[in-house]
Amino acid sequence: MADRPTCFQDIILALQTYWAAQGCAVLQPYDMEVGAGTFHPATTLRALGSRPWAAAYVQPSRRPTDGRYGENPNRLQHYYQYQVIIKPSPPDMQDLYLGSLAAIGIDAAVHDIRFVEDDWESPTLGAWGLGWEVWCDGMEVSQFTYFQQIGGHDCAPVSGELTYGLERLAMYVLGVDHVMDMPFNAPGAPIPLTYGDIFLQTEQEYARWNFDVADTTTLLRHFEDAEAECARILAQDATDPRTGRTIRMAHPAYDQAIKASHLFNLLDARGVISVTERQAYIGRVRTLAKACADAFVQTPAGGAAA
Amino acid sequence: MPDLLIELFSEEIPARMQAQASADLKTLVTDGLVEAGLTYASAAAFATPCRLTLHLEGLTDRSRPVREERKGPKVGAPAQALDGFLRSTGLTVEQLESREDKKGAFYVAVIDKPGREAADIVAEVLERTIRTFPWPKSMRWGNGSLRWVRPLQAILCILTGDDGAEVVPVTVDHITSGNVTRGHRFMAPDAFSLTSFEDYEAKLMRARVMLRPEARADAIWAEATSQAFATGLEVVEDRALLAEVAGLVEWPVVLTGRIDDRFLALPPEVLQTSMRAHQKFFSVRNPKSGRIERFVTVANIEAADGGETILTGNQRVLSARLSDAQFFYDNDLAVAQAGMQPWLDGLSAVTFHNKLGSQRDRIDRIAALAREIAPSVGADPDQAFEAAQIAKADLRSEMVGEFPELQGLMGRYYAAAAGRAPEVAAAAEEHWKPMGPSDAVPVAPVSVAVALADKLDTLTGFWAIDEKPTGSKDPFALRRAALGVIRLVLENDLTLKIKSILEDQYINTIISTVEAGLGSILLGESDGDENWMLGAYNVYDSQYVKMTSDEVKSFVVAGDVTLQPTIGDNGYRPERIRNKEAIANDLLSFFHDRLKVYLKDQGIRHDVIDACIAMPGNDDLTLLVKRARALQATLQTDDGINLLQGFKRANNILTQAEAKDGVEYSYGAELKFAEAPEEKDLFAALDAAEEQIAPAMRSEDFGAAMAAMAALRGPIDAFFTAVQVNADSQILRRNRLNLLSRIRTICLSVADLTRIEG
Repeated sequence: MADRPTCFQDIILALQTYWAAQGCAVLQPYDMEVGAGTFHPATTLRALGSRPWAAAYVQPSRRPTDGRYGENPNRLQHYYQYQVIIKPSPPDMQDLYLGSLAAIGIDAAVHDIRFVEDDWESPTLGAWGLGWEVWCDGMEVSQFTYFQQIGGHDCAPVSGELTYGLERLAMYVLGVDHVMDMPFNAPGAPIPLTYGDIFLQTEQEYARWNFDVADTTTLLRHFEDAEAECARILAQDATDPRTGRTIRMAHPAYDQAIKASHLFNLLDARGVISVTERQAYIGRVRTLAKACADAFVQTPAGGAAA
Repeated sequence: MPDLLIELFSEEIPARMQAQASADLKTLVTDGLVEAGLTYASAAAFATPCRLTLHLEGLTDRSRPVREERKGPKVGAPAQALDGFLRSTGLTVEQLESREDKKGAFYVAVIDKPGREAADIVAEVLERTIRTFPWPKSMRWGNGSLRWVRPLQAILCILTGDDGAEVVPVTVDHITSGNVTRGHRFMAPDAFSLTSFEDYEAKLMRARVMLRPEARADAIWAEATSQAFATGLEVVEDRALLAEVAGLVEWPVVLTGRIDDRFLALPPEVLQTSMRAHQKFFSVRNPKSGRIERFVTVANIEAADGGETILTGNQRVLSARLSDAQFFYDNDLAVAQAGMQPWLDGLSAVTFHNKLGSQRDRIDRIAALAREIAPSVGADPDQAFEAAQIAKADLRSEMVGEFPELQGLMGRYYAAAAGRAPEVAAAAEEHWKPMGPSDAVPVAPVSVAVALADKLDTLTGFWAIDEKPTGSKDPFALRRAALGVIRLVLENDLTLKIKSILEDQYINTIISTVEAGLGSILLGESDGDENWMLGAYNVYDSQYVKMTSDEVKSFVVAGDVTLQPTIGDNGYRPERIRNKEAIANDLLSFFHDRLKVYLKDQGIRHDVIDACIAMPGNDDLTLLVKRARALQATLQTDDGINLLQGFKRANNILTQAEAKDGVEYSYGAELKFAEAPEEKDLFAALDAAEEQIAPAMRSEDFGAAMAAMAALRGPIDAFFTAVQVNADSQILRRNRLNLLSRIRTICLSVADLTRIEG
């Protein structure tokens, strides 16, 4: 991008343009509530199997326990991640990443950019990888991970995954101290909007609902429904009686796993999950994620012979 | 004699792994080369975030030829056996020799291994080293199956001899070795080629890479201290951080930044911990005020603007971090100043162990025990009680939630903020100590009382639920707790009868877990589940009425209690509580085992300790150790050594006679039957010794008692020289045996000398 970004959406647009130019399919956000961009099937499922893949997308993410009624300068229960996934990870993945920082106005000649050890693990996805958190002048601006395992399956080839915390990154680039003060569209636009104009009220509403109002009995029932539905979908015969084709329903089943995961996060925010139960819930979600991964690798997209 | 240079260039290696990795590279390659018949003069290995480098000087050009002989099957052995041997040696039958021994003719394979070129060996060893490198965690990348800590990008491998440098060709998966490397990622990213290690190191320096980790650490420290000195400040020393930071940069650039004034009221430890943990900053202190006023960050680049942007960015990140810390601290202070009640209540929600209840339950037990112990350690009982009650309150504070390593220290700040006495506040920090064998032991009486109570309760608790350490498994650090008790007692010279404390605390633990609903009281016969309840209840017409504490206690002491895991557990696992004395004895011997290890390190013999453990009062550890030290000292004197022999002789004769005669000779010898002057002298000497030993033992003056005992050496020796114990006269014999019995009794009143070896 020629000009320095002036607002939140400039950063997003610059990343979209950059990664499109690197050959990634620019996808749209997944239409479900997730805790992080990794949950998008474009990452979780597509990182499995042997077929090459390259995608980039914004993913709205929800972490109910992080809600602060919009008062904390950089903690939100709803925020955006930018996610890039390339399989197999190209040999110049680090350079590609540094190119993306340049694209949003971070000049490596005046900033201190460092790759600091940070191993990634998602107990709910049964996944892990090695990589770094990338620091820019002492601030973590991205996660950089080489996936080794997902849903209990070894990743071969290995995907390289990049995750940018968009608000934090943009605040840094734009020099804004409180997320709610950050310009969302151009400050010179006819109707300039800040992040707060768009999200302050929703942060308050969701924080109240997440912490105090959400009906835990209902949430728990939904969790169990999702768990049961996931298992039921995967238990179906691979041959579809209507079409006579082999149709394994890895994605619909995975939707239920995503649901269960988010419902667990909501229950957690309501404070009804004890320390000992926590592990058990995480284990239940992991079981679902693994079962979905098992199903996906038997599908054509998962590398199985069609 | 060429030099070898190897560089393995990769994406960023975790700082904590670099030192071990360079050492491993050196070991694996040099071992491999030596095993293959090469020698070298010297080896040195280095690491930066992106490279592991090995330099060998004076490597031999080729390995020496080796002749190997391998014995094979007998001549005429089955074809399969011979085939196998031929396959394993790669020879044909014609090439084998046949030799004779006692059993007949057998084949011998003589394999001449010619000397090999160093380059061939290096290539082989390096490839094997890369493929089997012992990274703590390794990964695959792209399409490959090779594992390295992060993607391996390039291999440099050259041999430099008199006639120049040659590349040692090595191919590992898709990576082929060469004679090129790259400089600093941002400042000198272009590749360049090299001819020797000297060339390599010099060119790297020009390409903004300091190869040697110590050089980077030294440069950082020198520059940081000089920047601090220029403003009259000092850098807080932190070697671990220095090593880590030196592993995060190839070209260290030290920048000193200001900490916003509004954060200077935070406790210095909070500033330091926050800066260190999150930002890897060094703290810069004002030596006059002790306050942390600035920070040092180490960048990896000489920025075009002199580091202005980098420093501003770091300062902003730090401010955000410290705002969080300030927010936690302010919230915590508000709770503390209001008396900390929410934290104390909140400890009920923190599970200590599912069979032992919450932290709150535990603190009640510790507080009661601290009050009990207080007089023995010179502390005010009420203060010890109060201190124990708030000692762990900071577990619920926001600051400790964020930085668990500040636990205890924050407790002290917050207790002071709550207006508690300085002794009470100090105990919040000090009761955790000693944390390890080299950690200082608290000496302030209130801290000592709480520290002891905490550890003793931990031990009785885990003994009560039968979670003792086994082998190398000690998940609850019980050995450390026991050693902590030992050091607290010994280093403060405390007199504490721990056995009765352990018994009482065991009973209290059971009562407290029953009252917390973790155990249950058995009401009458256990013929069905209705007889078992969580908690303690009386049943009146099928109504459950909670028992009073006294009722619970009477049940517990009577042993009518079962401990049960948790409500959610499937089925009952009734477990009658064990006898309090059995538990206390078992625990006491655990203490004795720890004590033996501890005293052994201080040079006290294990048999000496055993001789003292066998004596009464062995639960008073201070007394026990005093006795052991005195005994060891005595056994190092001539008198002591000879007395021990005299004692053993007396004891042997006596034991044999007692076994033979079936009686115990303990009636008291009579002087009137004494014949020889040596016999009479022994009577007098024993009387004199008894007169000195008894009062010395009463006043626990083991030195005096043992000196008096050792003084018996002369009379005992003289007695055995002059007198025949097994005299013909039965009267004389009995009298003499009774005399020996007096020797035994007197000596055993000091220590169990039968356990001394030699």
